[in-house]
Amino acid sequence: MIVRVLDSAGRTALNMCNGVGDFVLFFVRAVSVLLTTRLKVRQVLYQMESIGVGSSLIVFLTGSFTGLAFALQSYIGFSRVGTEEFIGLVVTLGMTRELGPVLTGLMVTGRCGSAMAAEIGSMRITEQVDALSTLCIDPYQYLIVPRIVASTLIMPFLTVLSMLCGIVGGYLLCVYVLFLNPEQYIDIIRERVELSDITGGLIKAAFFGLFLAWVGTYEGFTTTGGAQGLGRSTTRSVVIGSIIILISNYFLTSWLFQTGVAA
Amino acid sequence: MIKLIDVRKRFADDQRWVLDGVDLDIPPGEMTCIIGQSGEGKSILLKQIIGLIKPTSGTIIIDEQTVTTMTERELRGLFRKCGYVFQFAALLDSLTVFENIGLSLLEGGVSPAKVLPIVKEKMALVNLKADILDKYPSELSGGMKKRVGLARTLVSNPSIILYDEPTTGLDPITARVVHELMYDMQKRLSITSVIISHDVEIFKYVDNIALLHRGKIRFFGPAKTIWESTNPYIYQFIRGLAEGPIQTEITNK
Repeated sequence: MIVRVLDSAGRTALNMCNGVGDFVLFFVRAVSVLLTTRLKVRQVLYQMESIGVGSSLIVFLTGSFTGLAFALQSYIGFSRVGTEEFIGLVVTLGMTRELGPVLTGLMVTGRCGSAMAAEIGSMRITEQVDALSTLCIDPYQYLIVPRIVASTLIMPFLTVLSMLCGIVGGYLLCVYVLFLNPEQYIDIIRERVELSDITGGLIKAAFFGLFLAWVGTYEGFTTTGGAQGLGRSTTRSVVIGSIIILISNYFLTSWLFQTGVAA
Repeated sequence: MIKLIDVRKRFADDQRWVLDGVDLDIPPGEMTCIIGQSGEGKSILLKQIIGLIKPTSGTIIIDEQTVTTMTERELRGLFRKCGYVFQFAALLDSLTVFENIGLSLLEGGVSPAKVLPIVKEKMALVNLKADILDKYPSELSGGMKKRVGLARTLVSNPSIILYDEPTTGLDPITARVVHELMYDMQKRLSITSVIISHDVEIFKYVDNIALLHRGKIRFFGPAKTIWESTNPYIYQFIRGLAEGPIQTEITNK
């Protein structure tokens, strides 16, 4: 009984190590292909359009409504101590430093990370990836690298959209629903918000773009087991991608704070 | 010449040897058909020949080059020499027929204007008309997809073509068209062809037949005299008999 439990635990640990190793090696290979071969610029632009333009509506909606809700919650809190003039500052800092990049990362993971896993996974199980190899086309160069590069480049732009929508949403709520002074909302942003608040968020967004594309392409590329395996890969790409974004968010925030980039 | 020496394959999560010491010499310029039951590892064998899957042990030699020890760069050279026609054509869904056939050239930096005549020439070889150039794979019939797949393979002017069940899922008439096409291609271009098939109709077109069973080649001989063979494996297999050395899941029950 004990031997069986130990055997099972050992096997699980080995499988996990194996999985993590494969995941890291996949990225190392992608980076080496990026550095040693010609970047497929057309593919990158196509993917940027697909991820960026395609996700702009959901980013607009999540950013706007998060800004609205955040401003309302802030109002509830600040009105208790009579400091409503700080709502603009709190909403802006919240959207630029945390909510903008994280929510955009999660939404784009749900929409594009899963799509990457499904598309590449479907190509894998229908032998299209093997076909690329037999045509002397490196699947990493053709499928993986453009998606990772595109996602890393476009995520900061989507995050800017999310930040703006959130801040404007907060402004609209404060001015037209709560009838607060519009000058107050804008002035405190002008006075107190620094460029580093925004750049920190954008750096995080670029990392989130990298992570979500890394997970999505890896899950797709390693798909096995037909339709069921494809479903599993798609689900894993969203779950693992989201978890990595949330965990890395803390470490990136901490790193940016320590290095003074977003202190 | 394609030479397989004691090729074995076992997957990490499976104790069973899919291929258990395959020895096979495939003559150059001829059509060789590998037959066997479903799940015997024929497709795996074919993918190992071209280097898409590494064998667990053993050696595969193509034109005096050892495939099993090739680096990725060397494998790319092999892919230029060897074409592979996939079971379900494996056309890229997001690309048109023109882009699929000319993909290797387009990705290599050749301009579409220069690729077009080459694509049209290869399409003519497989009896496809140029009016489908702008169609997507989803708009093509099964037979057309196979022919587009074959045309795509021909773009690199390979001296060896490996066909993975080229007539699976096709009606008898279309299957015959594909068989004749393969035969015609082989005669015209002197291509060494290795074909995996379950279809006994293909025996009319090929030169040699190899039977794979339980991870080993149980028969290799000329196709012309296949029906006179007394080899118990081939006798049972080509006649579809339940009794014989080949035990199926059904006969086991």
